[in-house]
Amino acid sequence: MKTITDYFERAAAANPSKAAVSDESVSLTYSELMGYARSIGTKLGCCGKRKSAVALFLDKTPFCAAAMLGTAYSGNFYIVVDSKMPAERIKTMFSTVSPFAVITQPELVDTLKETGFDGDTYIIDEIIRTDVDDELLKKISTGVNDREPLYCLFTSGSTGVPKGTVVSHGNVIAYTDWFINRFDITNETVFGSQTPFYFSMSVTDLFSTLRTGAELAIIPKKFFAFPIKLIQYLNDKKVNTIYWVPSALCIVANSDLFKYAKPEYLKKVLFAGEVMPVKQLNYWISHFPDIIYANLFGPTETTDICTYYVVDRSFEDSASLPIGNACDNCSVFVLGEDGKECAAGEEGELYVRGPFVAYGYYNNPEKTKEAFVQDPLNDSYPELVYKTGDIVKYNEYGELIYCGRKDHQIKHMGYRIELGEIENAATACEGVLAAACIYNSETDRIIMIYQGKPEEKAVLDMVRKRVPEYMVPGRVIKISSMPHNSNGKIDRVLLKNTYKDN
Amino acid sequence: MEELLEILSEVKPGVDFEKETELVDSGILDSMAIIQLVARLADEYDVEITPVDLVPENFNSAEAIYALVKRLED
Repeated sequence: MKTITDYFERAAAANPSKAAVSDESVSLTYSELMGYARSIGTKLGCCGKRKSAVALFLDKTPFCAAAMLGTAYSGNFYIVVDSKMPAERIKTMFSTVSPFAVITQPELVDTLKETGFDGDTYIIDEIIRTDVDDELLKKISTGVNDREPLYCLFTSGSTGVPKGTVVSHGNVIAYTDWFINRFDITNETVFGSQTPFYFSMSVTDLFSTLRTGAELAIIPKKFFAFPIKLIQYLNDKKVNTIYWVPSALCIVANSDLFKYAKPEYLKKVLFAGEVMPVKQLNYWISHFPDIIYANLFGPTETTDICTYYVVDRSFEDSASLPIGNACDNCSVFVLGEDGKECAAGEEGELYVRGPFVAYGYYNNPEKTKEAFVQDPLNDSYPELVYKTGDIVKYNEYGELIYCGRKDHQIKHMGYRIELGEIENAATACEGVLAAACIYNSETDRIIMIYQGKPEEKAVLDMVRKRVPEYMVPGRVIKISSMPHNSNGKIDRVLLKNTYKDN
Repeated sequence: MEELLEILSEVKPGVDFEKETELVDSGILDSMAIIQLVARLADEYDVEITPVDLVPENFNSAEAIYALVKRLED
């Protein structure tokens, strides 16, 4: 057992006729998924390429999961490309990883042509019908080791060129070992999958599904606009576990959805990707106190997560939720500006070491060297750790608290300020549904953008009661709805570009 | 109605909202656009749009959206 496909085959052998991955219109059983994946693996593997990139330019369907596994069977690694992505951006990604093949669907062929891609192009409906060559797949599998890349995942990056993090089979196996054990994922688990396959969070629910015989029920995006249908879908699919971005959980809370419809099977609500506002979490808890809630934290570079906190006590609306402690088989430490480990209460940068840590960025030695560094606490032998760029501190319970991004920390009127703290204060205010702060360094001005009923002055007054005067935003702007990016998170880049000069 | 058409074209420019009758079903308005639109309508018309009204049928055409707003205003 060394690769993800080995673990998948074990789960498939034990659950051949169980649903593996489904959406609104298709449901693939484990044996169907395995068949399709092996077909794809045969086609991609027969040209002799190994450890090379295959781009999956596909909608989020069960067949995309088959293509991910199929690429792994072929001894190569995949990149998933958003089917809505414009040709220009795809071009940048392709110039970094140079895929030798693309698997796509008929409607996207024209966009693919615009990128100038001239390698092998396969249509998903056709490649899944390839005759499986068992001997070839066996030969490939014998030659593979667990340090080989499984995928390369591009992070949007608020500035400049996107970076492609290279993640190995071993990374995903070590990471999902923790996740499966900690959250008791079994073949009775049904995930309601919200996050796109090109976003690191989906690694968690997809691969813990494929290792355990669970089911991944893909939620059509449109249901987040029609929330009663969302609940109906969760109930139809008997979804008992969700792992969503907080913005998606907030849609439920902000529309007071549980007054109209209730999920019947839900047992675990996990979230990551951005800060979960406690007011909206308290809404969930007040309706479903017996559900397990957990705040997960980590970057793409540590596969998905490095620390977590299972909610075990109550929090005031204005409090911030801990990010907790390191996952099993992962270690973290916090260093101050002097390079020494921080004491409780002291802010410092979070570092991660251990088997969740990825290789680095594909074809980008410069950025890799900046973030994947020799462990500053180990001068005896080579050991790379990941420098997250996240500022954290330990609270009185020995749990980590997230303070903000190192590059979001601002200096304003001589004070070091975390914009997240102001946002926290704002979202705790009665009637405020969402809030985000941006900072214009040229004018030294903090601008807060929010969505909610109260008027600007009222919100400013409420914020003033919760934060010191030097943190009160210089300008408050009410908008009718907060913009979100394709992962479902608040789109801070767009906000900054739109409102920085206000 | 004219005001509504204006809001619609702000949320999603370049669509002939007077003619389209499958705004949701054909994917012209995606989930993000609907969420934005709902927030705008609540603001502009001072109506409360609850999850009960959030169904695709109410958003497939400008006419349907208009009818929804009128009903909620009453």
